[in-house]
Amino acid sequence: MSINQRKKRLNKKEQYKYMTRLGWDPTYQKSEDVYPYLKMEGIKIHDWEAWEDPFRMTMDSYWKLQAEKDKKLYSIIDAFAQNNAQKNISDARYVNALKLFLTGVTPLEYKVVQGFSHVARAFRGEGASIACQMQAIDELRHFQTQVHTMSHYNKYFDGFHDYAKAHDRVWYLSVPKSFGDDASTAGPFEFLTAISFSFEFVLTSLLFVPFMSGAAYNGDMATVTFGFSAQSDESRHMTLGLSAIKFILEQDPDNVPIVQEWMDKWLWRGYRLLGLVAMMMDYMLPNSPTSWAESVELYIEQNCIALYKDLERYGIELPTDTINTIIAEKGHLSHQVWNIFYNHTNAAAFHTWMPDEEKMNWLSEKYPDTFDKYYRPMFERYIELEKKGERFYSETLPIICQTCQIPLGFTDIEGGNPHVYTHETSEFNGEKFHFCSKGCKHVFEKQPEKYTQAWLPPHQIFQGNCGGATIPEVLKWYKIENGVDNLDYVGSPDEAMWNKLKNN
Amino acid sequence: MSIKSIGEYPIIMKDSVENFNGNQVVYLYWYGHRVVSSPRAFPLPPEMPFGAIISDLIPITYKVEPDYEDLDFENLEVIWEVDGKVIEPDFSKSLKENGVGHKSFIQFTTPTLTGKVGA
Repeated sequence: MSINQRKKRLNKKEQYKYMTRLGWDPTYQKSEDVYPYLKMEGIKIHDWEAWEDPFRMTMDSYWKLQAEKDKKLYSIIDAFAQNNAQKNISDARYVNALKLFLTGVTPLEYKVVQGFSHVARAFRGEGASIACQMQAIDELRHFQTQVHTMSHYNKYFDGFHDYAKAHDRVWYLSVPKSFGDDASTAGPFEFLTAISFSFEFVLTSLLFVPFMSGAAYNGDMATVTFGFSAQSDESRHMTLGLSAIKFILEQDPDNVPIVQEWMDKWLWRGYRLLGLVAMMMDYMLPNSPTSWAESVELYIEQNCIALYKDLERYGIELPTDTINTIIAEKGHLSHQVWNIFYNHTNAAAFHTWMPDEEKMNWLSEKYPDTFDKYYRPMFERYIELEKKGERFYSETLPIICQTCQIPLGFTDIEGGNPHVYTHETSEFNGEKFHFCSKGCKHVFEKQPEKYTQAWLPPHQIFQGNCGGATIPEVLKWYKIENGVDNLDYVGSPDEAMWNKLKNN
Repeated sequence: MSIKSIGEYPIIMKDSVENFNGNQVVYLYWYGHRVVSSPRAFPLPPEMPFGAIISDLIPITYKVEPDYEDLDFENLEVIWEVDGKVIEPDFSKSLKENGVGHKSFIQFTTPTLTGKVGA
């Protein structure tokens, strides 16, 4: 028996202090050498101590809770596999939404791990630094759980085989990749505004709610469980995002215009990225709980505007032009993006298809002003060609936007020309640059030095950097097996596998 | 907001003309036509005759458009634009001689064929 009396337990505040006491004042190095990124962006922070990690009091239970959540998730994934639950989804077309999520969104999560780790190192205050480290850990967990949740489908369906290489090489994945690269190569304050505020706070519901409710409506309980597991983290991230922005704005009035610029930029970039979600909601889910237009009404016209209202007292203004464009485009976006992918499914790692009559009617009902007028006739023509055995795949490559890297497939809705592609141009250093929208042109013109470095897939193919000049050569370089991972759903090995699964 | 950097920020022109193995990038758009889901990009030699756009590029790009079967360059009014300026191309002369440069955007408008969709 020890004669030393056991020390009293620390209280929560002290525990947090000892667990997170990672800051120090440099003595033999200059502070600006230790924290080289702090002044770079022009943001002025006078008192780092004014930002306390809003979750400091729950730090102790964090590890336990996360461990429990992981345990639950993995036991459900295990049960999903044991029970062949891939058979319980609505239709194999749904799996293509998962392919898009795994190849498009999951690597973005990993990019965010890197970004938050970098920001944690760059910030001077302990609270800010710890909050960012914890978020980096969460994002890493999300990345891992997403890969594990969807890996089961890899046993049965094509296109899941090499998401990491796909992210670096495949043309449409340069859209999320460039988004993540742009954010994580920005300074720490811009990164925080881009991801914590614009993406996690303003736009996250537009990404996660449709994906998870889509999964639920289509019988994919593994993905629903992953969504639940990540959801409590997401609400924590949203709280952090807002508190971080308020802290920066409160520190100095000079910060307000800088932050406003970033908010405008990242709302636009995030919205463009979510075009992928728009087409998923309206076309890729066999059972669609909500249309893209309805989501815009809820999350942009109501929620987003309310969020910005909260920041008005700091001098932040609602980006009215951007919001107006989002609202104007809401009846067109998903159809236009699906058309882009239908044109180019010969070079994609998932399948596309034309909606059946029931789906067409659902689209007419959800889009009474646009679908029958602008899109149904076009899609009916595709169906006619399919019937003749002439399924249309583009033999030529698209012009893509220098900023968002999406093909110039959006039309001039606000200008009253819904049948004419919007095309903006700019010049820098004696060279022409092309954009899909005023928003993307504006982003470019603020920092042309950054976007002239963009790795644009069609141009890289033309430069000879992607395995060759023909589609089969490029597909080989993408690690996409022609006739297996790509082309129409009808006639694909996925369809054959699904019919076999359902009939056994 | 310009680039903020802790060191000198390099200017990298990823798509300079010298990176395209003797070609220049040219973009093509048939105004108002949406079955082809965006304007298209091509690597082309600057010496290529402008007429090859009609004989070689337009068929592989636009044959899916319902208007394509009525697209008769001999008998239709066609308005050509290069980088936003209306031109009267000399089809036997080169792209370069017709003012088409690296990353030029060529648009042609057919006032009588405005992009009907459907069968």
